[in-house]
Amino acid sequence: MKLDPKVPEGPLENKWSDHLRDIKLVAPNNKRKYNIIVVGTGLAGASAASSLAELGYNVQTFSIQDSARRAHSIAAQGGINAAKNYPNDGDSVWRLFYDTIKGGDYRAREANVYRLAQNSNLIIDQAVAQGVPFGRDYGGLLDNRSFGGAQVSRTFYSRGQTGQQLLLGAYQAMMKEVNSGKIQDYPRQEMLDLVVIDGKARGIITRDLVSGEIQKWNADAVVLCTGGYGNVFYLSTNAKNSNVTAAWRCHKRGAAFANPCFVQIHPTCIPVSGDYQSKLTLMSESLRNDGRVWVPRKKGDNRPPSEIPEDERYYYLEEKYPSFGNLVPRDVASRNAKMVTDQGLGVGPTGLAVYLDFRDAIKRDGKAVIEAKYGNLFAMYENITDDNPYETPMRIFPAVHYTMGGLWVDYNLMSNIPGLFVAGEANFSDHGANRLGASALMQGLSDGYFIIPYTIGNYLAGETLEPVSTSHEAFSEAAKTSSDQLDRLLAVKGDKTIIEFHRELGKIMWNKVGISRNREGLESAINEIRALREEFWENVRVPGEKNYYNKYLEFANRVADYFELAELMAMDALQREESCGCHLRDEYQTEEGEALRNDEEFSFVAVWEYLNVNGKLETRMHKEPLEFEFVELQQRSYK
Amino acid sequence: MSTMTINLKVWRQKNRNDSGHFEDYTVEDVNEHMSFLEMLDVLNEKLIKEHIDPIEFDYDCREGICGSCNLVINGVAHGPKHKTATCQLHMRNYKDGDTIVIEPPRSAAFPVIKDLVVDRSAFDRIIAAGGYISVKTGSAPEANLIPVPQDVSNTAFDYATCIGCGACVAACPNSSAALFTGAKLAHLNRLPQGKPERDKRTIAMVNQMEIEGFGDCSNHGECEAVCPVGISISAIAEMRRSYMKAVF
Ligand SMILES: Cc1cc2nc3c(=O)[nH]c(=O)nc-3n(C[C@H](O)[C@H](O)[C@H](O)COP(=O)(O)OP(=O)(O)OC[C@H]3O[C@@H](n4cnc5c(N)ncnc54)[C@H](O)[C@@H]3O)c2cc1C
Ligand code: FES
Repeated sequence: MKLDPKVPEGPLENKWSDHLRDIKLVAPNNKRKYNIIVVGTGLAGASAASSLAELGYNVQTFSIQDSARRAHSIAAQGGINAAKNYPNDGDSVWRLFYDTIKGGDYRAREANVYRLAQNSNLIIDQAVAQGVPFGRDYGGLLDNRSFGGAQVSRTFYSRGQTGQQLLLGAYQAMMKEVNSGKIQDYPRQEMLDLVVIDGKARGIITRDLVSGEIQKWNADAVVLCTGGYGNVFYLSTNAKNSNVTAAWRCHKRGAAFANPCFVQIHPTCIPVSGDYQSKLTLMSESLRNDGRVWVPRKKGDNRPPSEIPEDERYYYLEEKYPSFGNLVPRDVASRNAKMVTDQGLGVGPTGLAVYLDFRDAIKRDGKAVIEAKYGNLFAMYENITDDNPYETPMRIFPAVHYTMGGLWVDYNLMSNIPGLFVAGEANFSDHGANRLGASALMQGLSDGYFIIPYTIGNYLAGETLEPVSTSHEAFSEAAKTSSDQLDRLLAVKGDKTIIEFHRELGKIMWNKVGISRNREGLESAINEIRALREEFWENVRVPGEKNYYNKYLEFANRVADYFELAELMAMDALQREESCGCHLRDEYQTEEGEALRNDEEFSFVAVWEYLNVNGKLETRMHKEPLEFEFVELQQRSYK
Repeated sequence: MSTMTINLKVWRQKNRNDSGHFEDYTVEDVNEHMSFLEMLDVLNEKLIKEHIDPIEFDYDCREGICGSCNLVINGVAHGPKHKTATCQLHMRNYKDGDTIVIEPPRSAAFPVIKDLVVDRSAFDRIIAAGGYISVKTGSAPEANLIPVPQDVSNTAFDYATCIGCGACVAACPNSSAALFTGAKLAHLNRLPQGKPERDKRTIAMVNQMEIEGFGDCSNHGECEAVCPVGISISAIAEMRRSYMKAVF
């Protein structure tokens, strides 16, 4: 497999501008001759689609919800980073770059991350011009808040609904192009396969989720913006329909999958309440700006929190990490929550929770100020738990939130299959082993507005693409593969439901491929996943038929892919014999229990290739070495 | 923890052309912390095991923000809890033995796809008609160049929080989409960035609303009452004013 990251030469600050200078262009009147498929209409997809259409390309967009506007990005709460330095607190492109690469525990490419920081300011300009109502100060200028893992205030926000507002901005830009005729938008169409002809991505197969019909679509390039795969854990903060299917099917057609084990566990979510639970709700990390995290010092102290005196409260983040306190990065906060609950200090009915307390902030700033900042989050918390966080501390616990791993891409965001581009959470590009808060929105929009539109032109201008039609046999073969899989699922007619299987898979993943991992656990996880996968194909009950709207059939098809992905995640976690970012291996810790990286041996991107050897899944790992020319690798310390 | 038994009357409809009917179901062991949709998940698990086709209903985020869910519960869009989307409604709002009627949001402009799932693409077409500010990627000025007074920005935000669920349409005796359309206009028209296209936008969106077959607004106010995010009905008055200004 050829893995050329195509990072331009030259000084870090000039790589992107030099690349733009050298990039090939498609003449304006030629752009309309090209068809581009964009799969997914979240921040990455909607921004890419609208920008490509504005340039004159013919764009087709696909999404699984009933409207492009409902992509999972809509749920992002806290904010988006940019290096504007409006607060004059010493921020810069360099600092945003540095924080991001350090936050990712030095497992991302320097050049990509630097470009992300450079693009960050353009995103804010673009969003404001679209009418995105960011928070403003009394003078009418844009306001910023600070977010976990950063010592400057660089996060732009729209109350607790930043993702919604940014997505609506991008969606509206997209709808403008639907109106102009440059975008054909196809919601409720699920991509089930990638069509590769002469080694290049030339189209996709979808299922019309209303009629059930399998459809074929040809194109000159495909941009995959289908989001992350956190739902492999069943319970996560992701929307219920988020899935890995599109990315996984591309993987099975030859696209390499990078760092699958890098999963972010978010520290501030509402704890699980029962086994009917269908998803976990995030409480924005911005709450850690004012909330203090603690547990009782004494094991089994089940007094109500208000009756526990100050000196019997263990503010473990503030004590252990005095310089960052409650604002340590997510991985550190999650790991410590697990540590204290493992020690039996957890609170609430299950013991699997810690307090996030606003008492002192309310005393300091007054209820009105806290309400203005977090009103909707407090209301959401109260609605779900029936507890009033103005009066009693919130109970929180870590939950699966984001996947840093994803399809491998080069500097142009193109996968190893020419013509297949991957943007947003679906790629692996910028967050290394851990993503900092407020940087996924930034990355999705940087990819979509400010990278893909240029790099696709470069690809198209440099290729001679023979026209292909959907009657090509590659289309029929892919359509048949997709359709056969649905038949197989329906034919099992077993006794166990899809959700029962998915929940069991999720438990294996959470216990053994979750916050902390070790060799023994990972090896047994692999066996358990395999056994459960076999059982799935023998005993799953998929209701209904394939030729009409059938959500459970959609789920079954996605869970089948999760079973394969899960195994790869465990294998990836097993080979990485170090702790880095969100990936904590019990065997590799400092004496103080902090993650111990191994830069000598593991400073690489693990790039997995899928090999179909006589119908059997085999995987092979390749390494993309990470070289650090501009930053010095340091053990992360937030003490 | 006490559990409840809940009786359901659920609208079942095979497809757009089927005439549809109510079916009765009983769900036992309902826990007060369950969300309404989790209660339906539990029922569906049971139906699947009994080899009955599960009930189809739309959802995604289950956090009240994507606007996918939109059940009409005992005749009220999104059910009894004020400013709460169906997915955020919890079973603690019900008691043992309650009977709950569940229907799709009904409107000629929202044809039923299956059971409780409807086609709301009319909303997308209203936005496509003009619900945006035309700014090409790359052509935006520096963000702080145009200050926006805090109250203007906050009000714009309030209108921009519409989740596009369609409850307003379902609740309206005329099936009007005035609150949805008005909210987008009230968001964009009041911002300095949105001024240049204000008239064009207003006319195009109002016209599209009619083309889609939504009814006229006659000030019932039901839309505001059911809106899960509390969009104010003043949006409609603003829309009327903008429209008058734009056409005369
Ligand atoms: C609760 C929550 C809060 C968050 N808050 C923040 C925050 O404050 N700041 C921040 O920076 N990040 C935040 N994140 C992360 C961030 O929201 C996501 O990483 C980001 O929005 C992903 O965007 P995307 O465009 O890559 O994909 P998504 O928004 O997930 O969109 C995926 C798209 O792909 C489509 N799709 C998926 N599969 C298929 C298929 N098979 N066929 C066709 N279409 C398909 C979907 O329909 C959808 O349109 C948050 C995440 C969560 C869960
Ligand atoms: S499922 Fe998203 S708003 Fe209810």
